[in-house]
Amino acid sequence: MTVAQASLSPPASPPVRRADSSASWRLSDRIGLGFAWFLGLLFCAIAAAIVIYFLVEGIKYLRPSLLVTNPTASSSESQTGGFLDPLLGTVIIALMAMAIAIPSGIGIAVWLSEFGRPTALARLTESCIEMLAGTPSVVLALFGTILFEAPALGFLSQTSHGIVLGQSFFAASAMLSLVGLPMVVATVREGLQVIPSHVREASYAVGKTKIATTRRVLLPAARPQLITGSMLGLGRVIGDTAIVLLLLGGTLTFSNANSTPLLGTLRGTGDTLTGYIYYNAPTGDGNQPSKAYAAAFVLMLIVLALNLGVDFTVRRSRAKLWN
Amino acid sequence: MELRKPPPVKRLTGNEGVPLHQPIPDAHGNGDGNGNGHGNGNGPSPGPAFVGLPRQRAAASPIAIDRMQVEELSVAYGGRPAVDSVSLPIRQGEVLALIGPSGCGKTTLLRSLNRLTELTRGASSTGRITLDGTDIASMESTALRRRVTMVFQQPNPFPMSVFDNVAYVLREQASRRPKRAALRGAVQDALARAGLLDEVRDNLDHPALRLSGGQQQRLCIARALAANPEVLLLDEPCSALDPRSTKLIEDLIVKLREDVAVVIVTHNLQQAYRVADYVAFMYLGELVEYASAQRIFGAPRELRTKEYVSGAFG
Repeated sequence: MTVAQASLSPPASPPVRRADSSASWRLSDRIGLGFAWFLGLLFCAIAAAIVIYFLVEGIKYLRPSLLVTNPTASSSESQTGGFLDPLLGTVIIALMAMAIAIPSGIGIAVWLSEFGRPTALARLTESCIEMLAGTPSVVLALFGTILFEAPALGFLSQTSHGIVLGQSFFAASAMLSLVGLPMVVATVREGLQVIPSHVREASYAVGKTKIATTRRVLLPAARPQLITGSMLGLGRVIGDTAIVLLLLGGTLTFSNANSTPLLGTLRGTGDTLTGYIYYNAPTGDGNQPSKAYAAAFVLMLIVLALNLGVDFTVRRSRAKLWN
Repeated sequence: MELRKPPPVKRLTGNEGVPLHQPIPDAHGNGDGNGNGHGNGNGPSPGPAFVGLPRQRAAASPIAIDRMQVEELSVAYGGRPAVDSVSLPIRQGEVLALIGPSGCGKTTLLRSLNRLTELTRGASSTGRITLDGTDIASMESTALRRRVTMVFQQPNPFPMSVFDNVAYVLREQASRRPKRAALRGAVQDALARAGLLDEVRDNLDHPALRLSGGQQQRLCIARALAANPEVLLLDEPCSALDPRSTKLIEDLIVKLREDVAVVIVTHNLQQAYRVADYVAFMYLGELVEYASAQRIFGAPRELRTKEYVSGAFG
């Protein structure tokens, strides 16, 4: 005991300059460090510039009325209304796309991480998910237009004179779910893989099946990663424009397929904030920059709120799990 | 240092060896006088210096019930043998310690007892293990693992509350039922058996990972006991713990042997000496010697055992 104590207490020594202080580094390393600092600060500045610019512009143009009125066609910018429908469209699209992406993403991640047999199929799935993550959304959108014009999928959109339109909330959110899916798969899978194998074995060793272990031990442990992945995926979904324009119609207001309350809307076309901004940007067809700035500001607020929400939830759920 | 090839290990029925109640007359014979205890390479080396120090138990457990019987068990990983034709009995009322250098197959032998080896890709085994007379290969693995539970080297509570860690074992697979209130008694009982209840009584809802390492390991023992097993397997349960927690767990192991057969794998010879009634010394997958702890540490029959327990190799 006394020997252990003696070896644990640090020997008294005169204070010396810490060897890892950067003052002792080679010149090239110090330049590298300086460059890293410069880049870090530069990106902080860029992010701050974007936020501040849209804050200023957005507050200048954002009126509460914009949030509760619909876009209307008019030659005067004061007469063109707000962006209620695009805002609702963003919410609907986000909910529907993530309702598909989260469960299927969890399923794929669990299968890849916990089962993964046959190995060849698991590898193939992995590559496909990676490919999907790297596919530009406009390519997915183009594929979607072909897919949803198929007569068999006509029930998901409108049909006129025997021709399936292929543009609807269903079509857009199905394709957008593929944009969010890879994020969910990647993070959940990572969350499962950092759990040591002896934790799984501890569950098997009290007679639990693999399914029960996954359900009650592994997935709860991977919850912080699931939240992070879902929010990253959600961020990409609400930020996408190409799929919205090609598959949702970009019609500024909802154009219901029929009079059935919810289903009619979902089978019809509409727009989201991104589509609205695209249309109203100075270079767009609408060219009403003040509306575009206001909408961009709202979109950015949503994204910021999501980020803060994720930070908060992840921290709380980590705290619940670990300390 | 020279290791002579021993005769093949003959099947042990468990009735041989030295009765626990009688101390071996010359148990301290080799260790007296020169306590340095390390062989100088040639010839038999003196016994370990710790022989004769107080052990954990006052007396042997009055009962010894045969629970498991390992018969000619061989396990190989991808054709590479890890355990070679091992036979030994596992009894309730006794603590069996598996000792031997790293890679000698002791953990594999332990994991064979609840068929955890099956989870390793490429593992294959021959021979027979019975639990209360039934071949474990014929049992459902989940049913077997509820009767033969295990505690691991690293404390690994599940990332949930203290209560839920134990309740998880009591509930059917992934079910959330029965509810908390119905399980309170059983959970507290398991925690009490593991000697943890007094420390966590007021914090049953706290995350288990907030407990100290030693408490976490006792929670893992509580979890393993909650299934009410016949056999408890411990894979180096104290190797990640401080001496005080180790002492608590060793005391617990000795107490538990009354109700449950305890098998402990340990690297720590002193620990085996302190807690075990019987010791199996394994080397390169073979069971070199199985005998009472007093005999293994005091007067081993095999030269390799003598050299290992006296620190000549390992």
